[in-house]
Amino acid sequence: MNGSSTQEAVHKKTGTACPVFQVQGLTKIYDMGEIQVQALRGIDLELAAGELVVLLGPSGSGKSTLLNILGGLDTASGGQVTYCGKDLTRATEKELTEYRRFHVGFVFQFYNLIPSLTARENVAVVTEIAKNPMRPEDALGLVGLAERLDHFPAQLSGGEQQRIAIARAISKNPEVLLCDEPTGALDSQTGIVVLEALERVNRELGTATVIITHNVDIAGMADRVVHLSNGLIVETSRNVIRKQPKDLKW
Amino acid sequence: MLDTPQLAAGRFISCPFAIISGKKLFRFEGSMTALDKKLLRDLWLMKGQALAIVLVIVSGVATFVMFISVMHSLNKTRDAFYRDFAFAEVFGSLKRAPESLRARISEIPGVDLVETRVAADVKLDIEGFNEPVTARLMSVPNNGRPLLNRLYLKTGRMVDPSKDNEVVVSDAFAQAHGFKPGDSFGAVINGRWKTLVITGIALSPEFVLQVKPGGISPDFKRYGILWMSREAVGTAYDMDGAFNDVVLTLLPGAKFEDVVSRLDAVLDRYGGFGAVGRKDQMSHRFLSEEFRQLDRFAEVFPAIFIGVAAFLLNVVISRTVSTQREQIAALKAIGYSNFDVGMHFTKLVLFIVLIGVVSGIAAGVWLAKGLGRIYMEFYRFPYFDFELRPSVVVAAVVITAGSALLGTLRAVRQAALLPPAQAMRPEPPMSYRKTTLEKIGLGAILSQPTRIILRNIERKPFKALLTVAGISCGCAVMIASGFFSDSVDFMVDVQFRQAQREDMTITYIEPSARRTIHELKGLFGVEHVEPFRTVPARFRFGHRTYRTVIQSFEPNTRLHYLLDTKLKPIELPPSGIVLTDYLADLLAIKVGDQLIVEVLEGNRPVRQVPVVSLVKQYIGVMGYMDRSALNRLMREGDLVSGAYLTVDSREQPAVYRKLVEMPRVAGTAVRMDEIRNFYETQAESMLFFTFIATILAGTIAFGVVYNSARISLSERSRELASLRVLGYTRGEISYIFLGELGVLTLAALPLGFILGRALCAYIVTAVESDLFRVPVVLENETYALGAAVVLLSASVSGLIVRHRLDHLDLVAVLKTRE
Repeated sequence: MNGSSTQEAVHKKTGTACPVFQVQGLTKIYDMGEIQVQALRGIDLELAAGELVVLLGPSGSGKSTLLNILGGLDTASGGQVTYCGKDLTRATEKELTEYRRFHVGFVFQFYNLIPSLTARENVAVVTEIAKNPMRPEDALGLVGLAERLDHFPAQLSGGEQQRIAIARAISKNPEVLLCDEPTGALDSQTGIVVLEALERVNRELGTATVIITHNVDIAGMADRVVHLSNGLIVETSRNVIRKQPKDLKW
Repeated sequence: MLDTPQLAAGRFISCPFAIISGKKLFRFEGSMTALDKKLLRDLWLMKGQALAIVLVIVSGVATFVMFISVMHSLNKTRDAFYRDFAFAEVFGSLKRAPESLRARISEIPGVDLVETRVAADVKLDIEGFNEPVTARLMSVPNNGRPLLNRLYLKTGRMVDPSKDNEVVVSDAFAQAHGFKPGDSFGAVINGRWKTLVITGIALSPEFVLQVKPGGISPDFKRYGILWMSREAVGTAYDMDGAFNDVVLTLLPGAKFEDVVSRLDAVLDRYGGFGAVGRKDQMSHRFLSEEFRQLDRFAEVFPAIFIGVAAFLLNVVISRTVSTQREQIAALKAIGYSNFDVGMHFTKLVLFIVLIGVVSGIAAGVWLAKGLGRIYMEFYRFPYFDFELRPSVVVAAVVITAGSALLGTLRAVRQAALLPPAQAMRPEPPMSYRKTTLEKIGLGAILSQPTRIILRNIERKPFKALLTVAGISCGCAVMIASGFFSDSVDFMVDVQFRQAQREDMTITYIEPSARRTIHELKGLFGVEHVEPFRTVPARFRFGHRTYRTVIQSFEPNTRLHYLLDTKLKPIELPPSGIVLTDYLADLLAIKVGDQLIVEVLEGNRPVRQVPVVSLVKQYIGVMGYMDRSALNRLMREGDLVSGAYLTVDSREQPAVYRKLVEMPRVAGTAVRMDEIRNFYETQAESMLFFTFIATILAGTIAFGVVYNSARISLSERSRELASLRVLGYTRGEISYIFLGELGVLTLAALPLGFILGRALCAYIVTAVESDLFRVPVVLENETYALGAAVVLLSASVSGLIVRHRLDHLDLVAVLKTRE
């Protein structure tokens, strides 16, 4: 992990990439019985291949909703999302399942591991159904857990659990990695180890990565930082130099 | 599923599946998908609950397999025995006909084989057994090989036709007295005392069940079957070249009714008593009734268990789905389809069902063999051909799996359709309301913990109701098993104590003049004598007929009472006929209608007699008339068929000795012996059923209470841990927690009583027949036993869960999010 090679990789990928996601006028309204909550009020966004984007915003700004729609977990109320030219907003349930199965990797704030399965088996849950998966051992090796293959989640620390979740997400060789507050439940030291794992995957595998967080400090490692507030993009900024996770502090 | 994910996962260390996964000890491991491994480990984690459900499924499948298989096996055994030993299809008895009549019977269209026999009732005198014993004496052809109703000779040999003192005896009778070939006993044959030597012990398809005519249960000690050579019986009864009993088989396609009516016509002038088919043959009849009961039991009991199992699965799987919300979300996020997730939980259900069904079938076979052995005590077959039909196994699997899937459909569907984005968020807190008790102003007297208990129950009223219903099923099953002995006690009390007061019943060989009873009165020790007259008759009303007897008593009888439908003694009216209420239903006749009575004895008059009243009777069905009225109807003199006696108990053996010597007396029955025998023969099967029912009832109650407790613990461990942190003692949180179950269990008892009674009523209607009707009688002790089994099972499961409650890890529980 040295700084110059990272920069090189970023330039190479962003320069040649076609957009992975194209989002236009995306809205989402939650119907909560008597009241309606407008979570997204018209989002326009693009994500290039190999790009690492951080979505920043406070609680309730619509980050998770946007991520869920990008990941095919939730449906939009209006607007359009295309993934490599395919319209996700018109996809059927079956198509969305296939999309999630073969193209997207998810990392959640609370890891969402299966407690009854070991690290290796948690990854195998994905590799068993994917098209061109890595070996679970390799995926775990990438996140530095080669030594803990047969441990159950309860026997691992929070950071280690989150790294299993990352291994699980990348093991299918996804085109895009979506991370919802991946360090939200971790202390800063452990959080950095997790971010290093994400950064390495993005750099070495060229996987387009979206990280959502309310932690401004994490924004330093992104190619691009998108600020959300109240369901709208209020600001977009580009980092000329991506910071190394180990240089981040919070 | 109970603990928080962290705590739960920690336990996998002790799970055998975890060990095999860690070390790859077993080969099958490698071929399993990660999701299937999850399934096995989830199952291991909920092993207590799964076991409770498995036990309930085992109970249902086992009772199903037991009842059905015993029925099939007995059926198969019976059919084989009937076929191999040429059981007759038509049975006719008559007064006396020349052997030449046999040719005419053979000529009846549709008749295949014909066998004529001589049959008689004899009194036996067995050394060392000073009680009245009677036997049915049947002739066997001189060649020793009956054409029909052939004998299965268990030991010894057939009789030698040249010897007039040799007999083959029935197996059950021989066993009851410990007889073996070479033993001998005394018998009064046509008035002459004779020593009979046993040459063999045999079984006959005609006497699979050996019940004395008019008896309620087999009495192997006091009633037996003897087979003697035709030559010897013919000589003894003056039946040389004659017969008084005929059996036949039919050609394929022959019409039973036509043959019977022609046979009756042929036998009519020889004093035929009306031929019957197998369905009215005593032994066959009892067997068929038994099959009908087994069939009904196979419907009722398994249905209860499978229903309860489906409910328990519903509760457990719903809870599992709800605790695994986030896992489900993750699985969907990484690309598992709704179908995959639905299948995953379906597999979990089916796995539990599979364990239950397989063990249930094994247990059912084991129980069926036990029940088969008990049946073989009553029903004497040469062998017991146990049969487990593949269709029974298939039915057990399909019914159980079907019910389980139906029961869990909602939960599985919920898991399958759970939107992943929504599942990602924790479940919203459950909403609570003030309870009705509080609303009506009783809130002030309730402590906080009590309020928690009540609000919990009211929050999920449907679930609480199902729990109560489930527990009450346990209570009901227990009551339904106990009720039989209560009802039998009651039946015996009515039949043998309230209706019959005599000590002995004497039957004459043939109707005799009333004055013969002076002979009985003269016996030392006899206190009171009342004669009776019994004649066989066929009743006809509209197109319905029924063959039974008319029983008649003296006016102002002191020994035999008729009881009305409210069990109050009634006077026998001087004219007209009184019918058993069940018989009136069978004939669809009511009081005031004219009944056509075709007498099957003497001059065989056919008369119209008005039905004047109905009486309650639990065993058998018949008609009753005043004795003079019956004599008038018969156009005979003052004749009697026998008499009821009361005897000084100290003189009973002496009186009995005298009766054996009286040529006119065909048989003697002692009322107390009959009662004692009845209880003795029932005792073992009663014990068997009570034992099984207790286990089954306990299983249901335990299964329901234990599962409810574990689910509540899982739902509320945070809440309870919080209370502990606030300073509540273990006892106090146990009160909150177990109090709810206590309330539900107590509420289940009265419902269980009602359900139990309803179940008894159903069983009673399902098994009632003209042979007997069991009244629904439930003693307080039976209710108490039902309640006790439920309370005990509930307490045991409460204690087990309480143990977990005591070990609640406060810190861990509070640290993790729901």
